[in-house]
Amino acid sequence: MTSHLISIEDLDRAAIERILLRAQSFAEVSGREIKKVPALRGRTVVNLFYEASTRTSSSFELAATRLSADVINIRASGSSIEKGESLRDTVQTLTAYEPAAIVIRSPYAGAAAQVAQWTDAAVVNAGDGKHEHPTQALLDVFALQSRVGRLDGLKIWIVGDVLHSRVARSDISAFQKMGAKVTVAGPPTLLPREIEALGCSASPTLDGLTEADVIYVLRMQHERMQEAFVPSLGEYAARYQINHERLRPGQLVMHPGPVNRGVEISADVIDSEISLIGEQVKAGVAVRMAVLYELLVGTTTLAAVA
Amino acid sequence: MPQKLFRRPAPAADLLIKNAHVLDPRAGIDGQHDVLVRGGKIAELGAPGSVSAESLPPTAPTMDATGKHLFPAFVDPHVHLRSPGQEYKENLETGTSSAAAGGFCQVIAMPNTSPVIDAVTVLRSLTTVASQQAHVPTGFLASITVGLQGSDLSPMAALADAGALGFTDDGKPVTSAGMLRKALQYQRLAGGVIALHEEDPALSGAGVMHEGAVSARLGVTGIPSISESTMVARDSALAKFEDARMHFQHLSCVESVQALAYWREAGARVSGEATPHHLTLTHEDVRSLDTRMKMNPPLRTESDRQALIEGLRSGVIECIATDHAPHARYEKEMPFEQAPMGTTGLETAFAAVYNELVKPGVLPLGLVVERMTTGGALYGLQIPTIAVDAEANLVLVDLEASWTVGEHGYVSRSENCCFHGRTFAGVVLTTIAAGSVVYEHGKELDR
Repeated sequence: MTSHLISIEDLDRAAIERILLRAQSFAEVSGREIKKVPALRGRTVVNLFYEASTRTSSSFELAATRLSADVINIRASGSSIEKGESLRDTVQTLTAYEPAAIVIRSPYAGAAAQVAQWTDAAVVNAGDGKHEHPTQALLDVFALQSRVGRLDGLKIWIVGDVLHSRVARSDISAFQKMGAKVTVAGPPTLLPREIEALGCSASPTLDGLTEADVIYVLRMQHERMQEAFVPSLGEYAARYQINHERLRPGQLVMHPGPVNRGVEISADVIDSEISLIGEQVKAGVAVRMAVLYELLVGTTTLAAVA
Repeated sequence: MPQKLFRRPAPAADLLIKNAHVLDPRAGIDGQHDVLVRGGKIAELGAPGSVSAESLPPTAPTMDATGKHLFPAFVDPHVHLRSPGQEYKENLETGTSSAAAGGFCQVIAMPNTSPVIDAVTVLRSLTTVASQQAHVPTGFLASITVGLQGSDLSPMAALADAGALGFTDDGKPVTSAGMLRKALQYQRLAGGVIALHEEDPALSGAGVMHEGAVSARLGVTGIPSISESTMVARDSALAKFEDARMHFQHLSCVESVQALAYWREAGARVSGEATPHHLTLTHEDVRSLDTRMKMNPPLRTESDRQALIEGLRSGVIECIATDHAPHARYEKEMPFEQAPMGTTGLETAFAAVYNELVKPGVLPLGLVVERMTTGGALYGLQIPTIAVDAEANLVLVDLEASWTVGEHGYVSRSENCCFHGRTFAGVVLTTIAAGSVVYEHGKELDR
């Protein structure tokens, strides 16, 4: 049976720790002059991106390349997708190349899970609609652990547009699995009804933000908004922007990027030493190498056979 | 009164059903009987062993129905047969054979076809085709507004004269209260019930499932319950004001049941239906983003489901309707947010309700049979009954035998059934509709 990474729910704490431990050793590879290991030599990884992406697509490409895989990158524009080919037909076509893994980014929830039903390849969800972005959550945990150690008991506030954020949904789950206590905060129109069912607290204001050890700032996703959820970005910034006036010493700040400078977060915070944004980007390659390795080489089933 | 039900010519049945457990709560029958059908009518009904087949032609079959149940056949007031225009999903022949396989003797088709049933010519072409192809008597609703656009009244009186049983813009709400009020006033001339798909587009927005804990987790835009219930409340008030006859289709939430109960108590002539899927599934079943679980209105919470069951029990909701909504396989093989809404339901309706509600003791079998046979009455159709001299509308069911949904495919042209893969007790053995045998389990349909 092929294993996939569709949702953070697919992983328990032990699996997350195993992947991040491996990511640690791949991070060391990335520090060498020759950054390649032969783990996936002769195998093919397809990156199928139905949505614009810079850091996710480039880091998946780099991760597969550094594992010595052959990589095919397919983007919606300029491919048969643009000519109206269905997801299933595209996946069946790609399956003819016998890829070991398909990495998929889609604007629609559940797309990665569907692809997993249609192919023998291992499927990695690189973001499906507003649903999940599990490798982002893994690299967030990795970057945060690298800075502070274990997350047990840590108070993490996820601030901003939770409604449209797949990162928020994966992070809430991943942070909680690692022992952190999560609060989501943002405009009431951008907090999903019954979000507390995920085990987090929810707050319509930033009152109480001082309790946070870590503040995870979400991007205001204008591109996903079909209507106005806040009166103006100015009003949003006045109430929810993370800046030095709202922060106390000792707090750390994260952001999945790309950043709207001066909207959800002030420019000086981004560039300060309390920001983990650069470390998050850097963690992307090592963590995605570890995910591909976990699925294609170091699966538990294979380990059991060995 | 113009003809309202249409079906292809079929021979009148002659047969003797021996020792069946006959259950017709409305007729007060619940026990072992022999039933003799002669010339398509129920000719004799007697104690086991007391009825002889002598009066039948020598070739007429005798069925030993020991251990089987015989009910009045079911009536479905809400199906999408997709003709004209979307015959790749279903047509009158396949849809009504699916109905026959589910134990139904009458179905009522919705007008959201392509073109919409908003003109006498379209309706006439359908009734003509139904007269040649429909396995079970089929009635039609016409649209309330031209093209379901919500802005101009369809020629309701002419459509009623041509056979329309009532009017609906199903698939869409009549958003404008002013528009709906005109239709309710015009009902005094045209007759026919106004049936409504209740949903406020401003509240539903881009929603594709119930708004709640599951949609919050999945990051899928939700449809709040109040999108339906505020329209049920608004339109009930209109019905009361105009003293119009109004029916609410596929109710899905506790707030709607409360609104319906309130306005019925207040004297409004309003009624409601619930589907087998809303009575047996919840938004928890959507967690896997299986597109077969995508329908409108969406599957909601356990308390909504319980409210529908209570509504059915109390009679606030007077009938079960499938909202049978076939879609082609490739259409449902889209990501959840893109896939069309709807599940098929004719072949699974009784089994789903029997397994999920009757077997666990939630609802009595008699009540379910009653609610599955009344759906045509609201449109003025006679309720099937098991009585001497009545037209034979019968379904013979084996409640002990079980089957796995979809294991041998579907009779419907489409396979988007939300119960796919479930194993249910309750196999429909024989369906007799309007005096003709239209389905026999294990036998190829006469197509």
